[in-house]
Amino acid sequence: MNAEPARVGRDARSAQAMPEDDAPLLQVSGLSVTLEDQVVLSDLSFTVTRGEVMTILGPNGAGKTVLLRSLLGTFPHEGSVRWKRGTRIGYVPQRLPYIRDIPLSVTDFFALKRGAGRDVGGMLATVGLPPQLAGQRIGDLSSGQFQRVLIAWALAGDPQVLLFDEPTTGVDVTGEETVYALLARLHRERSLTMLLVTHDLAVVHRLSSTVLCLNKQAVCHGPPLETLTPDNLRRLYGTEVKFYAHKHEHEHAEETPA
Amino acid sequence: MSALVLSLLSGVFICGAAGYLGSLMLSRRMALVAGPLGHLTLPGIALGLVYGFNVSLGAFPFVILGVVLIWLLDAKTKLPMEALTALVFASGVAVAFLFLPIDQAEAALIGDIASAGLGDTAFSIAVSVAVIVAVKRAYPELVIANISEELAAAEGIPVTRYNLLYLLLIALIVALGVQMVGGLLTAALVAIPPLAARNVSKNLSQYARGSAAIGVVSAVAGILLFEATGFPAGPLVVIVSTVIFLGTLPFAGPVHGPTRATIHR
Repeated sequence: MNAEPARVGRDARSAQAMPEDDAPLLQVSGLSVTLEDQVVLSDLSFTVTRGEVMTILGPNGAGKTVLLRSLLGTFPHEGSVRWKRGTRIGYVPQRLPYIRDIPLSVTDFFALKRGAGRDVGGMLATVGLPPQLAGQRIGDLSSGQFQRVLIAWALAGDPQVLLFDEPTTGVDVTGEETVYALLARLHRERSLTMLLVTHDLAVVHRLSSTVLCLNKQAVCHGPPLETLTPDNLRRLYGTEVKFYAHKHEHEHAEETPA
Repeated sequence: MSALVLSLLSGVFICGAAGYLGSLMLSRRMALVAGPLGHLTLPGIALGLVYGFNVSLGAFPFVILGVVLIWLLDAKTKLPMEALTALVFASGVAVAFLFLPIDQAEAALIGDIASAGLGDTAFSIAVSVAVIVAVKRAYPELVIANISEELAAAEGIPVTRYNLLYLLLIALIVALGVQMVGGLLTAALVAIPPLAARNVSKNLSQYARGSAAIGVVSAVAGILLFEATGFPAGPLVVIVSTVIFLGTLPFAGPVHGPTRATIHR
């Protein structure tokens, strides 16, 4: 399925950009997505300011991935998605099944990215991977290594915003730093703005400055401690949810039709 | 120049460009699109044969029509690509045989590169070079767009535009390929060389160049075999590339093969 080209692109970026310098990095208003007569997202409005770490929390099928795709402009939608002019976006997808169809080394993968530079070893080091990985085929990486390579790849363009679809928790290839510790460090070091899709309440509490509870519409939105009340969680998931009770050990089904 | 030299020149350029472009198609599982597009060229080839002009020129409007149809239907409907292409395939073959004299069916179906004149050859070389240059320039963007439209969008790559470019390049190669191997076999020119190259490549440039090289070798060997045996050149070119593919199979261990992809999902 195709959609309109991204409105965040190199040349398309200015089309919906806002002039003011102190404008929010991202302004979403009245965003609605309908797929085959099913409402996937309904009248979503929020803003993201510089340096904010917003987690998008919600059950399976809540429209989280669709929201990220709409923010990237690859999903037909109503309402407006406005990125601040010139915003560079790094996107870390949940998975890239097709990438293993071609013999692509890690170095090749970085070479595809315009403006990424040639220091692949350095870029790998940022995410705690050894430089020897540069010569390996993408298909031969472990899933934990691959996720870090995707993070490094997203960072290679020196983005101001990182969009991260379902970081896998509990993957710890280096024995030193979990993906979440890595994200926390990146946020500190680069004052990266982040939008993270997750199921994991622990992550929401540890990492995010704001949380958007999503179940086709915004159920709640605000700082996690104030927002994630038992009442709101019940409204979000439909049942009682205990804090930190959700263990993230399973793979989640794709939320959108392929 | 002798017919053999002209055939070889056409073959080297057409099959080299097809192999190079094919290295992109595999990543998208769209190699199958080339098959139905090839079949859709049959009415155009028929026109070329009946009225005596270059079959690629005849094929081109039809293949463009096919590309536009596939592009539009892909953008507007949720029908699977296979269903679309099956539809296109059947109608192409049906229309062609409405007016193609049956004694000329062989040239339409499996090609007749030996009949290519100097002008045809020059045309094939020019278009092939244009395709190679376009693929080389757009290679990184096309690979990223093939891997993931979201990733491409985040990189600011206008995905829809690149999809169209990609389909147009396929259309050009398919239209050229029909001279070489006919409407039935064009898909093989873009599909088989990258399959073989993938088995023996460790990185992207080996893969892309290897795919082009296997296309070239298949063309040369196929045409020389045609000279030696008198069997039609088109099928021989395809058979040679298949033999090369079989030869690369021992190198396609579990580490290099596509089966690996399922392990880490």
